[in-house]
Amino acid sequence: MAKLILDNNMAAPDDVYELLTELHRGLEPEQSADVNARLILLLANHIGDSEVVAEATRIAREHLPPAPELKREI
Amino acid sequence: MIKTYEFPEYPYIRSADQDAGTAVRRPVVIGGAGPIGMAMAIDLALHKVPVVVLDDNNTVSFGSRAVCYAKRLIEIMDRLGVGERMMQKGVTWNVGKVFFEESEVYSFNMLPEEHHRRPGFINLQQYYIEQYLVDRIQTLDEVDLRWKNKITALSQAEDCVRLTVETPDGPYELEAEYLVACDGANSDIRAMCGLTSSGQVFQDRFLIADVIMDPKCFPPERWFWFNPPFHDGQSTLLHRQPDNVWRIDFDLGWDADPEEEKKPENIIPRVKAFLGEDVEFELEWASVYTFCCRRMDDFRQGRVLFAGDSAHQVSPFGARGANSGVQDTDNLAWKLALVLDGKAPVSLLDSYTEERLYAADENIKNSTRSTDFITPKNEASHQFRDAVLNLSRNYGFARSLVNSGRLSVPSTYVDSSLNTPDTEAFAGRMMPGAPSTDGPVLRNGQEDYLLSSLGNEFRTLLFVDPQNLPTDADLAQLQALAQAELPVYSYLVSPQPLDIALPQGVELLVDSLGVVAERFDGQPGTCYLMRPDQHVCGRMRRFDADRVIAIQRKAIGH
Ligand SMILES: Cc1cc2nc3c(=O)[nH]c(=O)nc-3n(C[C@H](O)[C@H](O)[C@H](O)COP(=O)(O)OP(=O)(O)OC[C@H]3O[C@@H](n4cnc5c(N)ncnc54)[C@H](O)[C@@H]3O)c2cc1C
Repeated sequence: MAKLILDNNMAAPDDVYELLTELHRGLEPEQSADVNARLILLLANHIGDSEVVAEATRIAREHLPPAPELKREI
Repeated sequence: MIKTYEFPEYPYIRSADQDAGTAVRRPVVIGGAGPIGMAMAIDLALHKVPVVVLDDNNTVSFGSRAVCYAKRLIEIMDRLGVGERMMQKGVTWNVGKVFFEESEVYSFNMLPEEHHRRPGFINLQQYYIEQYLVDRIQTLDEVDLRWKNKITALSQAEDCVRLTVETPDGPYELEAEYLVACDGANSDIRAMCGLTSSGQVFQDRFLIADVIMDPKCFPPERWFWFNPPFHDGQSTLLHRQPDNVWRIDFDLGWDADPEEEKKPENIIPRVKAFLGEDVEFELEWASVYTFCCRRMDDFRQGRVLFAGDSAHQVSPFGARGANSGVQDTDNLAWKLALVLDGKAPVSLLDSYTEERLYAADENIKNSTRSTDFITPKNEASHQFRDAVLNLSRNYGFARSLVNSGRLSVPSTYVDSSLNTPDTEAFAGRMMPGAPSTDGPVLRNGQEDYLLSSLGNEFRTLLFVDPQNLPTDADLAQLQALAQAELPVYSYLVSPQPLDIALPQGVELLVDSLGVVAERFDGQPGTCYLMRPDQHVCGRMRRFDADRVIAIQRKAIGH
């Protein structure tokens, strides 16, 4: 089972970081949000493995309070 | 308002039970003659169980309800004897188109996999299916279908359920060894048992309009339009039914006023904006719905069993309501018949909840996901949704994420307590708990299909070929299995006709294309045991009668 890589995996980390920030130059906040959504989708597809994506989603929001339980309303 | 269909009116007929003086006891009473109650009745009749069906109404389903029936439902209906009629009347579509804002983003062709008797799905108005089921019931002596009989009270005793039934002639009492509650989403029986169905209501309203159009105006395709310019950016779905009727679903949002929206003067402009000013159409029926996904915690309370919408309800995206309800009865009928016959322990009925709760959760998960894609719940989901649609114009991967309803497929009861886990290696999807796949065969020299040959009883599929014929000892054991108290009949599945004499209860299926052997990973010697509902119970690489018996015992709850 593949695992999310948490040590550096990038040969040129500064290049990658620049790509991510440059991507948003000149964009309005909504446009940035749209571009980010597209980027996440493209990368998620490239990763493919839903367990790796799940691990990334967990870490991405671990600093925030957990989501409220889904209520059964009826 | 309906012009293309005349609703039958079935007569109320006074039953002898109403004059009996004391409550008559019946083995099985079914509450509700919707698609699920009637499927249950026919299935029990095929097992020779006499059944009384009570329905508070006297006609078939009114208005715009189920349209889309998936392959598994048609296969079950084949077993019940109405599949062919559904196929004759139903329409199939293969081309689906997805639109986003101004334009089409892509189209797809749902060409079905080859070598199955039935297609992935058909479209057909719910009233036709109900009418066909009523017609079928009228050919069955075991079923006593009583219109205008409303269950108004019930209590459970040790050995029966006591019912009060209201009729045009006043009330009468009736007893049932088992009551199957098929009385729909707002089940009275559920409430009378003090039970609830809980889950999630979607804060949204949908206008469902059925319109009649000249088929020349529109191809038989399914159109799903996200954020259309003509409808305030709310999604719209179009698909075709028989009789030149098209179903259009408009997402209205939560604030819409259902009473206002239902008025023809408000519907017609919406439809025109969608179809174009010059397309001529007539409005057949329209209603406004709110959808929810919910289920009961247990589908059995003592002698009362819940099936169909009474047990679980889903939003219609993905067409899982009637489809899954009929799978409930497919699962329950043989179990109940065995329990009534004293051939299986009463605990077998708990496996009904076990297996169908698992399926209900799968269906709820799938239709919730579709609903969330169609009507995103928050800003971020909306952004993802629109990003998927935009990317899908040019990139194939994004098309797999577009979710306007996933085709309903039957559950594999992976962890069911009725399964015997594999002890040898097998490839493919026919694992214990899986519903049987199909494939063309020759039976008695006639072209047929595997699924038309299976069902209602336990059966082995024993894969053989001319180099690997069953021994005389094997054949004697197969014969003994067929003569057991709970018989196991057998098919030898062979790529070629065989020139051997077969004992009673053993038949030959010629699989000349090798499709069945391939789909079952059926190397010569392999033996599967199939349940009466065509699911796999267990399998082995070399036929062994003792193992078959053990697998069968497990499958009936021992
Ligand atoms: C807009 C819409 C679209 C849908 N599309 C699809 C689809 O494409 N595919 C699909 O598979 N499903 C679809 N469904 C779901 C499908 O219609 C239901 O799942 C199906 O009708 C459930 O059947 P049922 O027999 O459980 O309940 P029902 O059809 O509700 O039947 C219940 C019966 O019980 C009777 N009854 C009620 N109370 C009593 C009582 N006290 N005593 C006696 N009788 C009683 C009623 O008169 C009725 O005849 C759709 C539903 C809606 C609303």
